Amino acid sequence: MKTRARRLLPTLGLVPFLGYLTVFLFIPTIIIVVGAFTDHGRASLTNIQGLANPTVWQALKQSLILSASTAAIGAVFGSLLAYALVSGNPSGLARRAATSVCGVLAQFGGVMLAFAFIATLSYSGSLTDLLRDHAGIDIFGSGWLFALPGLILVYSYFQIPLMVIVFLPALDGIRVQWREAAENLGATTWQFWRHVGGPLLFPAFLGSALLLFANAFASYATAAALVSQGNPITPLYIRAALTSEIILGRQNLAYALALEMIVVVAIVMAAYALLVRRTSKWLS
Amino acid sequence: MATAVTERTGLEVRLEGLSRHFGDVRALDNLDLTLHPGELVALLGPSGCGKTTALRLVAGLDEPDAGRILVGDRDVTHMPANKRDMGMVFQSYSLFPHLTTQENVAFGLKLRGTDRGAREKRAKEMLELVGLGHQANRYANQLSGGQQQRVALARALAIEPSVLLLDEPLSALDAKVRAQLRDEIRRVQLEVGTTALFVTHDQEEALAVADRVGVMNKGKIEQLAEPETLYNQPASHFVAEFVGLMNRVPCHVADGRVEVLGATLGAREGSLPSGPGDALVRPEQLEVAAAEGGSGRVITVSFLGSITRVRVRMPNGSELLAQASGAEAARLAADQVVTVSITAADVLVAPAD
Repeated sequence: MKTRARRLLPTLGLVPFLGYLTVFLFIPTIIIVVGAFTDHGRASLTNIQGLANPTVWQALKQSLILSASTAAIGAVFGSLLAYALVSGNPSGLARRAATSVCGVLAQFGGVMLAFAFIATLSYSGSLTDLLRDHAGIDIFGSGWLFALPGLILVYSYFQIPLMVIVFLPALDGIRVQWREAAENLGATTWQFWRHVGGPLLFPAFLGSALLLFANAFASYATAAALVSQGNPITPLYIRAALTSEIILGRQNLAYALALEMIVVVAIVMAAYALLVRRTSKWLS
Repeated sequence: MATAVTERTGLEVRLEGLSRHFGDVRALDNLDLTLHPGELVALLGPSGCGKTTALRLVAGLDEPDAGRILVGDRDVTHMPANKRDMGMVFQSYSLFPHLTTQENVAFGLKLRGTDRGAREKRAKEMLELVGLGHQANRYANQLSGGQQQRVALARALAIEPSVLLLDEPLSALDAKVRAQLRDEIRRVQLEVGTTALFVTHDQEEALAVADRVGVMNKGKIEQLAEPETLYNQPASHFVAEFVGLMNRVPCHVADGRVEVLGATLGAREGSLPSGPGDALVRPEQLEVAAAEGGSGRVITVSFLGSITRVRVRMPNGSELLAQASGAEAARLAADQVVTVSITAADVLVAPAD
């Protein structure tokens, strides 16, 4: 009895965490799933059928484009920046400063970031005015900042630093000995990255890119602050479904949209797991 | 064990006047060293003596400030590492974790454009050579430390390097595996005939594996000699004390003769010319005998299997370590009064500590 109690003791430490997961993950997920299949208190497919609406599809398509493109931009530029950082002195000032700045910028999304871009690139933004007055260039154009291209630019602002933060440990994990061993066996720098460094970093790169995708896909505040007209992406459509006075009688459409997002992320995660399992047997 | 290794003769390797500084630290100081074709030379020394720096310069992983490196007739001093045609086994496990054992071994051949069939055949041969033919499809994380180093050795040899470089390849292994792999490395090196440079801080390893051992201190080689010579005729106090166990016995030198422990012995070359000093005497050169009225007192008697070590306190407070065989040792016990005498005909004398 005593031994059993002792064995159960460490499990008790998990209780707060499990409680947290229950309150903030399991229960909301259940509410979403139940809500998506309920209408006016009865089981219904009305909300799910609502997902077939062309404007909902358009929002999902734009969300996917936004998430995939900013994940790609963030992954490429962020990994290059991370590589530049690991190539320098590991305890040097440049690296410490860059990682600190990235840590701040990765969390800089939301109203502040949207306002910063509005103040700089909107119709009467400082840079727009400057270029219009002194170079005769109109960078505002037809208002791209408030549409998908603008969202891509603004999201990249926090996606690139986030990639630096999450990818840096993986790059640090590339041992000097691997590089020297490859060199010693006749590899050029390109051959090392092609045959050793690249394959070794691939799972981490893919994982980081997935995190960026999910980060962009679920982002709301930045887009909400930047876009006041229309619902170009799914999170904004959920807002509209919850608050709009136009989409009356479809209160539970928001649940269906949230479920749609969960399914997209689940598919991406499953594809990632499958890909990593196939390409990286050595990780097991 | 099936081995089909190409019969080859190693090349001569010459390090001429190699120097390397790191800031104010002089890691290598005008180092000269010649490795004869097919020879295995071990560089032995404490941390920071420059042995690894020398090896990295030969490998091309670092560049010397002065001097040159010749492999056969080729001057490789400023040649990039990937063009030097050298095989290297690193201290820590350097296998590529995403490749199987066989792919690791075949890696260098793949870079050289060897066709798939030929490189797979060669990789299998090399794995057989190191006794891991049956582990070809395993990944590094599925192998023990000793197995990983065997694969690293096979990988280094697969490219038929002109020189084999071993950078403390056994230091991360446990004692038993270390001894086994040490012999294995020597066997394989003799079999392929590659000239090899082996860096280690472990004197037993160096003495056991090398044709010649170079003892390094402060960026220079203090003595380069065959293991027996190094042990029995150390050329300097540093070598004498670094290689094997050594007692410092107070003595007096005059006219090439040494007065020590009541005996008069010859002074070996390199000794202090005259005056008081310390005779450097190995434990096996000291004889301990139980005797009434002896000047020493036994502190401990340690049975080590084939030999027994006896620690004796002398009247001046110093401690001596002697080695005794079974019969003598059986008569000794702690606190016993003993006489201590030297069996050597001559000794090396260092300035007193």
